[in-house]
Amino acid sequence: MGLVARSAEAAGIPTLCLASALDITRAVNPPRAAFLDFPLGHTAGKPGDPELQRTILADALSSFASMAAPGTVRALPYRWSEDEDWKAKAFAEGDDRTARVDTPQYQTEEDRRKAEGNSPPSCPVCR
Amino acid sequence: MAPVDYIPRIRDNYARLGYKPYNWVFNGIPPPWAPLAKPLSECRLGLAASGGVYVTGQVAFHHKDDTSIRDIPTDVDTKDLRATHFAYDLSVARRDPNVVFPIDPLRRLVREGFLGALAGTFQSFMGGIYSTRRVSEELAPKLVSRFLEEKADIVLLVPV
Repeated sequence: MGLVARSAEAAGIPTLCLASALDITRAVNPPRAAFLDFPLGHTAGKPGDPELQRTILADALSSFASMAAPGTVRALPYRWSEDEDWKAKAFAEGDDRTARVDTPQYQTEEDRRKAEGNSPPSCPVCR
Repeated sequence: MAPVDYIPRIRDNYARLGYKPYNWVFNGIPPPWAPLAKPLSECRLGLAASGGVYVTGQVAFHHKDDTSIRDIPTDVDTKDLRATHFAYDLSVARRDPNVVFPIDPLRRLVREGFLGALAGTFQSFMGGIYSTRRVSEELAPKLVSRFLEEKADIVLLVPV
């Protein structure tokens, strides 16, 4: 996402990365970043907690006005839980990722049916 | 407790599994900087997120260096959002897509007057593209054109 941030910024659009992996964020070095110390997959808050999501977004977005130097990373003050057991486990062992296949991976079969019904004809002369 | 250091942790873990080392990007070149031109309450916000979110009816992302993007109308019914990805636990995002695609809190911030407006569409894509060249030559230019077409004054980027 650092490359996307840099491209947008070079085109004149201010950006802010909201991110949960501090070392990766520092490595890609975007113009502005707000760091939320939550497990990966929860970049914008906790599920089913609209108040916290709203607070996190407003706090992060306020960085647009407060940050003054390129490469600034601001730590947001929210904690995932009282204990931090999740940190010991995250990506520590094994590989839970699924195979990297190159066909569309639908959440549901119904999604597949709807999308395939919406697709343009595959044969160019049939258009 | 200190934040997780993902780069050494993933490097060590994958080395134990016998994988080829992943080439992490370390960008020592100072980032460009576009100053904020007006207050947030007057800004039109764009968003790009890499959690693999799509709207039911759209073609889903695939999981192998997919550099395509999906335009998500910002008046979308949150119930119609879906998530697909190979590298993070999808159960949470499928229950509440706002954790990786914060559409509801952003709509609320517009209603509250904190933000001026949202772009007509937000952009979604699939993270985990292993080719830096394809990100910089294919994906980033497409996203930036969409931000410009949507007349976004500022853009929030939400990686996973």
